[in-house]
Amino acid sequence: MKRRVMATIGSMLLTAGSLLAASQPPPGTAAQGDFVPVSAVQSVEQLPAAPFLIAAYVVVWLALLIYVWSIWRRMKKIEHDLADLRKRVQSR
Amino acid sequence: MKQFARVAWIVMRKDLTVEVRSREILYTTVFFAASSVLVFAFALVREGRPMEDAAAGILWIAIAFAGTLALGRTFERERQTETLRALMLAPSDRPAIYVGKLLGILILLGVVELVLVPLVGLLFNAPFGARPLWLVLLLATGTLGFASVGTLFAAMLVRARSRDVLLPVLLYPITIPVIIAGVRGTAALLQATPDEPMARFWVALLVFFDVVFVTLALWTFEPLMTE
Amino acid sequence: MARAYTPLVVLAMVLFAVAPVAVAFAPPEQVMGLIQRIFYYHVPSAMMLFLSAFVCGIASAVFLFKRSARADRIAVSAGELAIVFGLIVMVTGPLWGRKFWGVWWQWDAKLTSAFLLWMIFVAYLLVRRYGGPGAEKLGAAMALFGMANVPFVYVAANYWRTLHPTTNVVMTLAPGMRGPFWLCVAAFLLLYGLLLTLRKRLEDQRAAVEQLYLAMDE
Repeated sequence: MKRRVMATIGSMLLTAGSLLAASQPPPGTAAQGDFVPVSAVQSVEQLPAAPFLIAAYVVVWLALLIYVWSIWRRMKKIEHDLADLRKRVQSR
Repeated sequence: MKQFARVAWIVMRKDLTVEVRSREILYTTVFFAASSVLVFAFALVREGRPMEDAAAGILWIAIAFAGTLALGRTFERERQTETLRALMLAPSDRPAIYVGKLLGILILLGVVELVLVPLVGLLFNAPFGARPLWLVLLLATGTLGFASVGTLFAAMLVRARSRDVLLPVLLYPITIPVIIAGVRGTAALLQATPDEPMARFWVALLVFFDVVFVTLALWTFEPLMTE
Repeated sequence: MARAYTPLVVLAMVLFAVAPVAVAFAPPEQVMGLIQRIFYYHVPSAMMLFLSAFVCGIASAVFLFKRSARADRIAVSAGELAIVFGLIVMVTGPLWGRKFWGVWWQWDAKLTSAFLLWMIFVAYLLVRRYGGPGAEKLGAAMALFGMANVPFVYVAANYWRTLHPTTNVVMTLAPGMRGPFWLCVAAFLLLYGLLLTLRKRLEDQRAAVEQLYLAMDE
Protein backbone atom coordinates (compact mmCIF):
# COMPACT_ATOMS: atom_id res chain seq x y z
CA MET A 1 0.00 0.00 0.00
CA LYS A 2 2.73 2.42 0.99
CA ARG A 3 4.66 1.77 -2.21
CA ARG A 4 1.53 2.47 -4.18
CA VAL A 5 1.05 5.73 -2.34
CA MET A 6 4.63 6.74 -3.01
CA ALA A 7 4.33 5.74 -6.66
CA THR A 8 1.22 7.77 -7.21
CA ILE A 9 2.53 10.82 -5.41
CA GLY A 10 5.76 10.57 -7.37
CA SER A 11 4.00 10.31 -10.70
CA MET A 12 1.73 13.20 -9.79
CA LEU A 13 4.67 15.40 -8.91
CA LEU A 14 6.47 14.42 -12.10
CA THR A 15 3.45 15.21 -14.20
CA ALA A 16 2.93 18.46 -12.38
CA GLY A 17 6.53 19.49 -12.81
CA SER A 18 6.69 18.68 -16.47
CA LEU A 19 3.37 20.32 -17.16
CA LEU A 20 4.32 23.48 -15.36
CA ALA A 21 7.56 23.59 -17.27
CA ALA A 22 5.91 22.94 -20.61
CA SER A 23 2.90 25.16 -20.29
CA GLN A 24 3.79 28.78 -20.15
CA PRO A 25 0.78 30.98 -19.72
CA PRO A 26 -0.11 32.23 -23.16
CA PRO A 27 1.07 35.74 -23.98
CA GLY A 28 -1.37 38.51 -23.46
CA THR A 29 -2.74 37.30 -20.16
CA ALA A 30 -0.03 38.65 -17.92
CA ALA A 31 -0.93 38.89 -14.27
CA GLN A 32 -1.65 42.35 -13.01
CA GLY A 33 0.31 44.34 -10.50
CA ASP A 34 -0.67 45.55 -7.12
CA PHE A 35 -3.35 47.96 -6.07
CA VAL A 36 -3.36 49.84 -9.36
CA PRO A 37 -6.58 50.03 -11.27
CA VAL A 38 -7.01 49.06 -14.90
CA SER A 39 -7.27 52.35 -16.75
CA ALA A 40 -10.17 51.12 -18.84
CA VAL A 41 -12.33 50.83 -15.77
CA GLN A 42 -12.59 54.08 -13.89
CA SER A 43 -15.52 54.21 -11.52
CA VAL A 44 -18.08 55.86 -13.70
CA GLU A 45 -20.18 57.34 -10.95
CA GLN A 46 -18.45 58.81 -7.94
CA LEU A 47 -20.26 56.80 -5.30
CA PRO A 48 -19.51 57.76 -1.73
CA ALA A 49 -17.21 55.19 -0.21
CA ALA A 50 -18.23 55.42 3.43
CA PRO A 51 -21.60 53.61 3.23
CA PHE A 52 -19.99 50.65 1.50
CA LEU A 53 -17.18 50.48 4.00
CA ILE A 54 -19.53 50.66 6.94
CA ALA A 55 -21.85 48.11 5.36
CA ALA A 56 -18.92 45.75 4.88
CA TYR A 57 -17.81 45.95 8.49
CA VAL A 58 -21.39 45.61 9.74
CA VAL A 59 -21.83 42.50 7.61
CA VAL A 60 -18.68 40.93 9.04
CA TRP A 61 -19.72 41.56 12.62
CA LEU A 62 -23.31 40.47 12.03
CA ALA A 63 -22.31 37.25 10.28
CA LEU A 64 -19.96 36.27 13.09
CA LEU A 65 -22.39 37.22 15.82
CA ILE A 66 -25.29 35.38 14.21
CA TYR A 67 -23.15 32.27 13.81
CA VAL A 68 -22.01 32.34 17.41
CA TRP A 69 -25.62 32.81 18.50
CA SER A 70 -26.69 29.85 16.35
CA ILE A 71 -24.05 27.64 17.96
CA TRP A 72 -25.12 28.82 21.40
CA ARG A 73 -28.77 28.07 20.65
CA ARG A 74 -28.00 24.55 19.42
CA MET A 75 -25.70 23.98 22.36
CA LYS A 76 -28.47 24.90 24.81
CA LYS A 77 -30.83 22.46 23.15
CA ILE A 78 -28.31 19.64 23.15
CA GLU A 79 -27.35 20.21 26.77
CA HIS A 80 -31.02 20.12 27.70
CA ASP A 81 -31.42 16.83 25.82
CA LEU A 82 -28.27 15.45 27.41
CA ALA A 83 -29.38 16.30 30.95
CA ASP A 84 -32.79 14.84 30.22
CA LEU A 85 -31.36 11.60 28.89
CA ARG A 86 -28.87 11.26 31.73
CA LYS A 87 -31.71 11.55 34.21
CA ARG A 88 -33.69 8.88 32.40
CA VAL A 89 -30.75 6.51 32.16
CA GLN A 90 -29.97 6.92 35.85
CA SER A 91 -33.53 6.45 36.99
CA ARG A 92 -33.72 3.06 35.24
CA MET B 1 -1.27 -5.39 -12.02
CA LYS B 2 -2.39 -7.81 -14.68
CA GLN B 3 -5.23 -8.96 -12.47
CA PHE B 4 -6.24 -5.33 -12.04
CA ALA B 5 -6.37 -4.79 -15.79
CA ARG B 6 -8.28 -8.01 -16.30
CA VAL B 7 -10.95 -7.08 -13.78
CA ALA B 8 -11.29 -3.60 -15.24
CA TRP B 9 -11.59 -5.05 -18.73
CA ILE B 10 -14.25 -7.54 -17.66
CA VAL B 11 -16.33 -4.88 -15.90
CA MET B 12 -16.07 -2.58 -18.91
CA ARG B 13 -17.01 -5.36 -21.30
CA LYS B 14 -19.99 -6.27 -19.19
CA ASP B 15 -21.26 -2.71 -19.24
CA LEU B 16 -20.73 -2.35 -22.95
CA THR B 17 -22.39 -5.66 -23.72
CA VAL B 18 -25.45 -4.73 -21.72
CA GLU B 19 -25.53 -1.37 -23.42
CA VAL B 20 -25.06 -2.68 -26.93
CA ARG B 21 -27.95 -5.08 -26.45
CA SER B 22 -30.46 -2.51 -25.25
CA ARG B 23 -28.88 0.76 -26.40
CA GLU B 24 -31.24 2.45 -23.97
CA ILE B 25 -28.77 4.80 -22.34
CA LEU B 26 -27.03 5.60 -25.60
CA TYR B 27 -30.13 6.63 -27.51
CA THR B 28 -31.73 8.54 -24.67
CA THR B 29 -28.52 10.36 -23.81
CA VAL B 30 -27.80 11.34 -27.38
CA PHE B 31 -31.32 12.59 -27.83
CA PHE B 32 -31.20 14.47 -24.56
CA ALA B 33 -27.92 16.12 -25.56
CA ALA B 34 -29.37 17.11 -28.92
CA SER B 35 -32.46 18.64 -27.34
CA SER B 36 -30.34 20.57 -24.85
CA VAL B 37 -28.42 21.98 -27.77
CA LEU B 38 -31.72 23.05 -29.31
CA VAL B 39 -32.84 24.71 -26.09
CA PHE B 40 -29.59 26.64 -25.89
CA ALA B 41 -29.87 27.51 -29.54
CA PHE B 42 -33.23 29.14 -29.00
CA ALA B 43 -32.01 30.86 -25.87
CA LEU B 44 -28.72 32.18 -27.21
CA VAL B 45 -29.24 32.84 -30.87
CA ARG B 46 -30.30 36.35 -31.73
CA GLU B 47 -31.57 37.33 -35.18
CA GLY B 48 -30.35 34.10 -36.59
CA ARG B 49 -26.80 34.55 -35.36
CA PRO B 50 -25.37 32.92 -32.27
CA MET B 51 -23.53 34.89 -29.63
CA GLU B 52 -19.78 34.76 -29.68
CA ASP B 53 -18.22 31.68 -28.20
CA ALA B 54 -21.71 30.21 -27.84
CA ALA B 55 -20.79 27.07 -29.71
CA ALA B 56 -17.96 26.14 -27.35
CA GLY B 57 -20.09 26.80 -24.28
CA ILE B 58 -23.08 24.91 -25.58
CA LEU B 59 -21.00 21.91 -26.53
CA TRP B 60 -19.54 21.53 -23.08
CA ILE B 61 -22.78 22.20 -21.24
CA ALA B 62 -24.46 19.54 -23.34
CA ILE B 63 -21.64 17.13 -22.49
CA ALA B 64 -21.99 17.91 -18.80
CA PHE B 65 -25.77 17.44 -18.78
CA ALA B 66 -25.66 14.32 -20.89
CA GLY B 67 -22.85 12.94 -18.78
CA THR B 68 -24.78 13.45 -15.56
CA LEU B 69 -27.77 11.70 -17.05
CA ALA B 70 -25.72 8.79 -18.36
CA LEU B 71 -23.99 8.36 -15.00
CA GLY B 72 -27.27 8.39 -13.14
CA ARG B 73 -28.84 5.85 -15.46
CA THR B 74 -25.85 3.53 -15.48
CA PHE B 75 -25.71 3.26 -11.74
CA GLU B 76 -29.47 3.15 -11.37
CA ARG B 77 -29.37 0.06 -13.54
CA GLU B 78 -26.74 -1.43 -11.23
CA ARG B 79 -28.84 -0.62 -8.21
CA GLN B 80 -31.98 -2.19 -9.58
CA THR B 81 -30.29 -5.45 -10.36
CA GLU B 82 -28.14 -5.31 -7.22
CA THR B 83 -25.12 -6.07 -9.33
CA LEU B 84 -23.01 -3.42 -7.67
CA ARG B 85 -23.17 -5.25 -4.38
CA ALA B 86 -22.26 -8.45 -6.17
CA LEU B 87 -19.30 -6.69 -7.75
CA MET B 88 -18.14 -5.39 -4.39
CA LEU B 89 -18.40 -8.86 -2.89
CA ALA B 90 -16.14 -10.31 -5.55
CA PRO B 91 -12.59 -10.92 -4.35
CA SER B 92 -11.07 -8.44 -6.75
CA ASP B 93 -9.18 -5.21 -6.46
CA ARG B 94 -11.89 -2.64 -5.77
CA PRO B 95 -10.31 0.22 -7.72
CA ALA B 96 -10.31 -2.08 -10.74
CA ILE B 97 -14.09 -2.03 -10.65
CA TYR B 98 -13.96 1.75 -10.65
CA VAL B 99 -11.64 1.78 -13.66
CA GLY B 100 -13.88 -0.64 -15.52
CA LYS B 101 -16.96 1.47 -14.94
CA LEU B 102 -15.04 4.62 -15.84
CA LEU B 103 -13.92 3.16 -19.15
CA GLY B 104 -17.48 2.14 -19.96
CA ILE B 105 -18.76 5.64 -19.26
CA LEU B 106 -15.95 7.16 -21.29
CA ILE B 107 -16.81 5.09 -24.32
CA LEU B 108 -20.47 5.96 -23.98
CA LEU B 109 -19.73 9.67 -23.71
CA GLY B 110 -17.30 9.40 -26.60
CA VAL B 111 -20.06 8.12 -28.84
CA VAL B 112 -22.34 10.91 -27.64
CA GLU B 113 -19.66 13.46 -28.46
CA LEU B 114 -19.23 11.97 -31.91
CA VAL B 115 -22.80 12.99 -32.58
CA LEU B 116 -22.73 16.22 -30.60
CA VAL B 117 -19.70 17.91 -32.14
CA PRO B 118 -20.91 17.82 -35.74
CA LEU B 119 -24.38 18.81 -34.59
CA VAL B 120 -23.18 21.88 -32.72
CA GLY B 121 -20.77 22.69 -35.54
CA LEU B 122 -23.59 22.56 -38.02
CA LEU B 123 -26.15 24.52 -36.03
CA PHE B 124 -23.75 27.21 -34.90
CA ASN B 125 -21.56 27.41 -37.95
CA ALA B 126 -18.51 26.68 -35.85
CA PRO B 127 -15.35 25.39 -37.51
CA PHE B 128 -14.74 22.37 -35.33
CA GLY B 129 -12.64 20.84 -38.07
CA ALA B 130 -10.01 23.57 -37.87
CA ARG B 131 -7.61 21.83 -35.51
CA PRO B 132 -9.07 18.35 -35.09
CA LEU B 133 -6.19 16.92 -33.08
CA TRP B 134 -6.34 19.62 -30.44
CA LEU B 135 -10.10 19.36 -30.28
CA VAL B 136 -9.94 15.62 -29.75
CA LEU B 137 -7.32 16.12 -27.05
CA LEU B 138 -9.47 18.72 -25.30
CA LEU B 139 -12.55 16.55 -25.47
CA ALA B 140 -10.68 13.49 -24.28
CA THR B 141 -9.02 15.11 -21.28
CA GLY B 142 -12.11 17.09 -20.38
CA THR B 143 -14.45 14.11 -20.60
CA LEU B 144 -12.01 12.05 -18.55
CA GLY B 145 -11.93 14.71 -15.85
CA PHE B 146 -15.70 14.94 -15.74
CA ALA B 147 -16.26 11.19 -15.86
CA SER B 148 -13.61 10.34 -13.29
CA VAL B 149 -15.27 12.42 -10.59
CA GLY B 150 -18.74 11.53 -11.84
CA THR B 151 -18.21 7.77 -11.75
CA LEU B 152 -16.95 7.93 -8.19
CA PHE B 153 -19.78 10.13 -6.98
CA ALA B 154 -22.46 8.17 -8.81
CA ALA B 155 -21.12 4.93 -7.36
CA MET B 156 -21.01 6.23 -3.82
CA LEU B 157 -24.49 7.72 -4.10
CA VAL B 158 -26.09 4.43 -5.17
CA ARG B 159 -27.31 3.69 -1.68
CA ALA B 160 -28.00 7.27 -0.61
CA ARG B 161 -31.28 9.05 -0.29
CA SER B 162 -32.12 11.79 -2.82
CA ARG B 163 -29.43 10.37 -5.07
CA ASP B 164 -30.91 11.81 -8.26
CA VAL B 165 -30.56 15.40 -7.20
CA LEU B 166 -27.43 14.91 -5.13
CA LEU B 167 -25.35 13.76 -8.08
CA PRO B 168 -25.45 17.10 -9.93
CA VAL B 169 -25.29 18.97 -6.61
CA LEU B 170 -21.99 17.28 -5.83
CA LEU B 171 -20.63 16.88 -9.32
CA TYR B 172 -21.01 20.31 -10.89
CA PRO B 173 -19.04 22.43 -8.40
CA ILE B 174 -16.11 20.04 -8.52
CA THR B 175 -16.03 19.78 -12.30
CA ILE B 176 -16.42 23.46 -13.06
CA PRO B 177 -12.66 23.84 -13.67
CA VAL B 178 -13.03 21.14 -16.32
CA ILE B 179 -15.86 23.00 -17.97
CA ILE B 180 -13.96 26.29 -17.84
CA ALA B 181 -10.86 24.71 -19.37
CA GLY B 182 -12.89 22.87 -21.99
CA VAL B 183 -14.89 25.89 -23.05
CA ARG B 184 -11.94 28.29 -23.12
CA GLY B 185 -9.80 25.81 -24.98
CA THR B 186 -12.49 25.05 -27.52
CA ALA B 187 -13.25 28.72 -27.96
CA ALA B 188 -9.56 29.35 -28.61
CA LEU B 189 -9.64 26.73 -31.34
CA LEU B 190 -12.78 28.12 -32.93
CA GLN B 191 -11.42 31.58 -33.47
CA ALA B 192 -10.69 32.88 -36.96
CA THR B 193 -7.03 32.03 -36.42
CA PRO B 194 -6.99 29.14 -33.97
CA ASP B 195 -4.99 30.01 -30.89
CA GLU B 196 -2.89 26.91 -30.36
CA PRO B 197 -0.74 28.02 -27.40
CA MET B 198 -3.93 28.84 -25.53
CA ALA B 199 -5.43 25.46 -26.32
CA ARG B 200 -2.20 23.78 -25.25
CA PHE B 201 -2.29 25.58 -21.92
CA TRP B 202 -5.83 24.46 -21.21
CA VAL B 203 -5.08 20.90 -22.26
CA ALA B 204 -2.12 20.91 -19.86
CA LEU B 205 -4.37 22.08 -17.04
CA LEU B 206 -6.89 19.38 -17.88
CA VAL B 207 -4.22 16.69 -17.89
CA PHE B 208 -3.07 17.83 -14.49
CA PHE B 209 -6.66 17.81 -13.25
CA ASP B 210 -7.16 14.31 -14.61
CA VAL B 211 -4.05 12.95 -12.94
CA VAL B 212 -4.99 14.42 -9.57
CA PHE B 213 -8.61 13.39 -9.61
CA VAL B 214 -8.24 9.91 -11.06
CA THR B 215 -5.64 9.25 -8.38
CA LEU B 216 -7.92 10.61 -5.67
CA ALA B 217 -10.80 8.54 -6.97
CA LEU B 218 -8.70 5.37 -6.99
CA TRP B 219 -7.65 6.03 -3.42
CA THR B 220 -11.08 6.79 -2.07
CA PHE B 221 -13.16 4.24 -3.98
CA GLU B 222 -12.64 1.43 -1.51
CA PRO B 223 -13.31 3.33 1.75
CA LEU B 224 -16.34 4.99 0.21
CA MET B 225 -17.96 1.83 -1.07
CA THR B 226 -17.50 -0.26 2.03
CA GLU B 227 -19.73 0.14 5.05
CA MET C 1 -7.22 23.41 26.51
CA ALA C 2 -10.61 24.06 28.04
CA ARG C 3 -9.18 26.35 30.67
CA ALA C 4 -7.33 28.40 28.11
CA TYR C 5 -10.59 29.00 26.28
CA THR C 6 -11.95 31.99 28.20
CA PRO C 7 -8.73 34.01 28.22
CA LEU C 8 -8.41 33.35 24.51
CA VAL C 9 -11.90 34.62 23.93
CA VAL C 10 -11.00 37.80 25.78
CA LEU C 11 -7.86 38.12 23.68
CA ALA C 12 -9.85 37.69 20.49
CA MET C 13 -12.29 40.35 21.57
CA VAL C 14 -9.44 42.72 22.36
CA LEU C 15 -7.87 42.08 18.98
CA PHE C 16 -11.14 42.73 17.23
CA ALA C 17 -11.65 45.90 19.20
CA VAL C 18 -8.17 47.15 18.37
CA ALA C 19 -8.32 46.18 14.71
CA PRO C 20 -10.69 48.89 13.47
CA VAL C 21 -8.58 51.51 15.21
CA ALA C 22 -5.44 50.18 13.60
CA VAL C 23 -7.21 50.06 10.29
CA ALA C 24 -8.32 53.66 10.66
CA PHE C 25 -4.76 54.78 11.31
CA ALA C 26 -3.31 52.87 8.39
CA PRO C 27 -2.11 55.04 5.52
CA PRO C 28 -4.71 55.54 2.81
CA GLU C 29 -4.14 53.71 -0.42
CA GLN C 30 -3.30 56.09 -3.21
CA VAL C 31 -5.90 55.18 -5.74
CA MET C 32 -8.76 53.47 -3.97
CA GLY C 33 -8.84 55.68 -0.92
CA LEU C 34 -11.28 54.84 1.79
CA ILE C 35 -12.91 51.80 0.25
CA GLN C 36 -9.64 49.89 0.22
CA ARG C 37 -9.98 49.45 3.96
CA ILE C 38 -12.46 46.69 3.31
CA PHE C 39 -9.38 44.74 2.34
CA TYR C 40 -8.36 44.43 6.00
CA TYR C 41 -11.36 42.22 6.73
CA HIS C 42 -12.00 40.81 3.28
CA VAL C 43 -8.62 39.17 2.78
CA PRO C 44 -8.33 37.57 6.24
CA SER C 45 -11.85 36.20 5.76
CA ALA C 46 -10.78 34.74 2.43
CA MET C 47 -7.77 33.22 4.17
CA MET C 48 -10.09 31.65 6.73
CA LEU C 49 -12.24 30.29 3.93
CA PHE C 50 -9.25 28.55 2.39
CA LEU C 51 -8.02 27.40 5.77
CA SER C 52 -11.44 25.90 6.47
CA ALA C 53 -11.42 24.15 3.14
CA PHE C 54 -8.11 22.51 3.97
CA VAL C 55 -9.03 21.60 7.53
CA CYS C 56 -12.29 20.08 6.35
CA GLY C 57 -10.56 18.26 3.51
CA ILE C 58 -7.82 16.80 5.65
CA ALA C 59 -10.20 15.87 8.45
CA SER C 60 -12.43 14.19 5.87
CA ALA C 61 -9.49 12.22 4.52
CA VAL C 62 -8.60 11.07 8.02
CA PHE C 63 -12.23 10.12 8.58
CA LEU C 64 -12.38 8.15 5.33
CA PHE C 65 -9.13 6.29 5.71
CA LYS C 66 -8.85 5.92 9.46
CA ARG C 67 -12.58 5.87 10.26
CA SER C 68 -12.08 8.38 13.05
CA ALA C 69 -15.37 9.82 14.27
CA ARG C 70 -13.47 12.66 15.89
CA ALA C 71 -12.07 13.67 12.51
CA ASP C 72 -15.59 13.71 11.11
CA ARG C 73 -16.72 16.08 13.85
CA ILE C 74 -13.84 18.43 13.06
CA ALA C 75 -14.72 18.19 9.39
CA VAL C 76 -18.33 19.23 9.80
CA SER C 77 -17.31 22.11 12.06
CA ALA C 78 -14.78 23.33 9.51
CA GLY C 79 -17.38 22.93 6.77
CA GLU C 80 -19.79 25.26 8.56
CA LEU C 81 -17.05 27.77 9.21
CA ALA C 82 -16.13 27.70 5.54
CA ILE C 83 -19.66 28.75 4.74
CA VAL C 84 -19.68 31.55 7.32
CA PHE C 85 -16.37 33.05 6.23
CA GLY C 86 -17.20 32.45 2.60
CA LEU C 87 -20.38 34.43 3.07
CA ILE C 88 -18.35 37.30 4.51
CA VAL C 89 -16.02 37.20 1.52
CA MET C 90 -18.91 37.07 -0.93
CA VAL C 91 -20.62 40.09 0.61
CA THR C 92 -17.60 42.31 1.29
CA GLY C 93 -16.13 41.57 -2.13
CA PRO C 94 -19.03 42.94 -4.17
CA LEU C 95 -19.34 45.88 -1.77
CA TRP C 96 -15.76 46.75 -2.60
CA GLY C 97 -16.36 46.09 -6.26
CA ARG C 98 -19.49 48.19 -6.47
CA LYS C 99 -17.65 51.24 -5.23
CA PHE C 100 -14.46 50.73 -7.10
CA TRP C 101 -15.41 49.09 -10.38
CA GLY C 102 -18.98 50.32 -10.54
CA VAL C 103 -20.44 46.84 -10.82
CA TRP C 104 -21.42 44.31 -8.17
CA TRP C 105 -19.93 41.34 -9.98
CA GLN C 106 -17.31 41.13 -12.67
CA TRP C 107 -16.78 37.40 -13.09
CA ASP C 108 -13.23 37.99 -12.10
CA ALA C 109 -11.34 34.84 -11.33
CA LYS C 110 -10.57 35.30 -7.64
CA LEU C 111 -14.07 36.13 -6.48
CA THR C 112 -15.50 33.48 -8.77
CA SER C 113 -13.21 30.83 -7.40
CA ALA C 114 -14.05 31.82 -3.83
CA PHE C 115 -17.71 31.53 -4.79
CA LEU C 116 -17.07 28.09 -6.21
CA LEU C 117 -15.30 26.94 -3.08
CA TRP C 118 -18.16 28.27 -1.02
CA MET C 119 -20.66 26.37 -3.13
CA ILE C 120 -18.66 23.19 -2.72
CA PHE C 121 -19.04 23.45 1.01
CA VAL C 122 -22.71 24.31 0.83
CA ALA C 123 -23.06 21.11 -1.21
CA TYR C 124 -21.03 19.38 1.51
CA LEU C 125 -23.55 20.35 4.16
CA LEU C 126 -26.48 19.55 1.88
CA VAL C 127 -25.30 16.03 1.25
CA ARG C 128 -24.63 15.47 4.93
CA ARG C 129 -28.13 16.60 5.77
CA TYR C 130 -30.13 14.95 3.00
CA GLY C 131 -28.05 11.98 1.98
CA GLY C 132 -29.66 9.62 4.44
CA PRO C 133 -27.70 7.16 6.56
CA GLY C 134 -24.04 6.94 5.80
CA ALA C 135 -24.05 10.46 4.41
CA GLU C 136 -20.95 11.38 6.44
CA LYS C 137 -18.82 9.40 4.03
CA LEU C 138 -20.40 11.02 0.99
CA GLY C 139 -19.74 14.43 2.49
CA ALA C 140 -16.18 13.44 3.27
CA ALA C 141 -15.57 12.56 -0.38
CA MET C 142 -17.01 15.91 -1.42
CA ALA C 143 -14.81 17.82 1.03
CA LEU C 144 -11.72 15.93 -0.06
CA PHE C 145 -12.34 16.61 -3.72
CA GLY C 146 -13.23 20.18 -2.91
CA MET C 147 -9.94 20.69 -1.14
CA ALA C 148 -8.07 19.15 -4.07
CA ASN C 149 -9.86 21.61 -6.33
CA VAL C 150 -8.52 24.67 -4.54
CA PRO C 151 -5.18 24.92 -6.40
CA PHE C 152 -6.91 24.66 -9.77
CA VAL C 153 -9.24 27.53 -9.20
CA TYR C 154 -6.55 29.52 -7.41
CA VAL C 155 -4.13 29.21 -10.33
CA ALA C 156 -6.77 30.57 -12.67
CA ALA C 157 -6.59 33.96 -10.95
CA ASN C 158 -2.99 34.42 -12.01
CA TYR C 159 -3.43 33.30 -15.60
CA TRP C 160 -6.56 35.14 -16.57
CA ARG C 161 -6.94 38.79 -17.29
CA THR C 162 -8.51 40.07 -14.11
CA LEU C 163 -9.42 43.26 -12.36
CA HIS C 164 -8.79 41.68 -9.00
CA PRO C 165 -5.48 42.44 -7.33
CA THR C 166 -3.35 39.36 -7.68
CA THR C 167 -1.74 37.32 -4.99
CA ASN C 168 1.30 39.58 -5.11
CA VAL C 169 -0.49 42.26 -3.19
CA VAL C 170 0.02 40.84 0.27
CA MET C 171 3.77 40.52 -0.14
CA THR C 172 4.24 44.06 -1.40
CA LEU C 173 2.12 45.97 1.06
CA ALA C 174 3.35 49.38 2.08
CA PRO C 175 4.95 49.27 5.56
CA GLY C 176 2.17 51.27 7.19
CA MET C 177 -0.42 48.83 5.92
CA ARG C 178 1.35 45.69 7.05
CA GLY C 179 0.72 46.20 10.75
CA PRO C 180 -3.05 46.50 10.62
CA PHE C 181 -3.27 43.77 8.01
CA TRP C 182 -1.40 41.16 9.99
CA LEU C 183 -3.19 42.26 13.13
CA CYS C 184 -6.47 41.50 11.42
CA VAL C 185 -5.13 38.18 10.21
CA ALA C 186 -4.12 37.29 13.75
CA ALA C 187 -7.53 38.33 15.07
CA PHE C 188 -9.34 36.25 12.47
CA LEU C 189 -7.08 33.27 13.01
CA LEU C 190 -7.65 33.32 16.73
CA LEU C 191 -11.37 33.72 16.24
CA TYR C 192 -11.33 30.85 13.78
CA GLY C 193 -9.65 28.54 16.26
CA LEU C 194 -12.12 29.47 18.96
CA LEU C 195 -15.16 29.00 16.72
CA LEU C 196 -13.86 25.67 15.48
CA THR C 197 -13.35 24.44 19.02
CA LEU C 198 -16.78 25.66 20.04
CA ARG C 199 -18.52 24.06 17.09
CA LYS C 200 -16.67 20.81 17.62
CA ARG C 201 -17.85 20.77 21.20
CA LEU C 202 -21.40 20.95 19.91
CA GLU C 203 -20.73 17.91 17.74
CA ASP C 204 -19.18 16.07 20.67
CA GLN C 205 -22.32 16.72 22.71
CA ARG C 206 -24.45 15.44 19.83
CA ALA C 207 -22.39 12.27 19.65
CA ALA C 208 -22.81 11.82 23.43
CA VAL C 209 -26.59 12.18 23.08
CA GLU C 210 -26.65 9.56 20.35
CA GLN C 211 -24.64 7.19 22.49
CA LEU C 212 -27.10 7.67 25.33
CA TYR C 213 -30.04 6.99 23.04
CA LEU C 214 -28.39 3.79 21.91
CA ALA C 215 -27.65 2.81 25.50
CA MET C 216 -31.26 3.37 26.43
CA ASP C 217 -32.54 1.18 23.63
CA GLU C 218 -30.61 -1.78 24.88
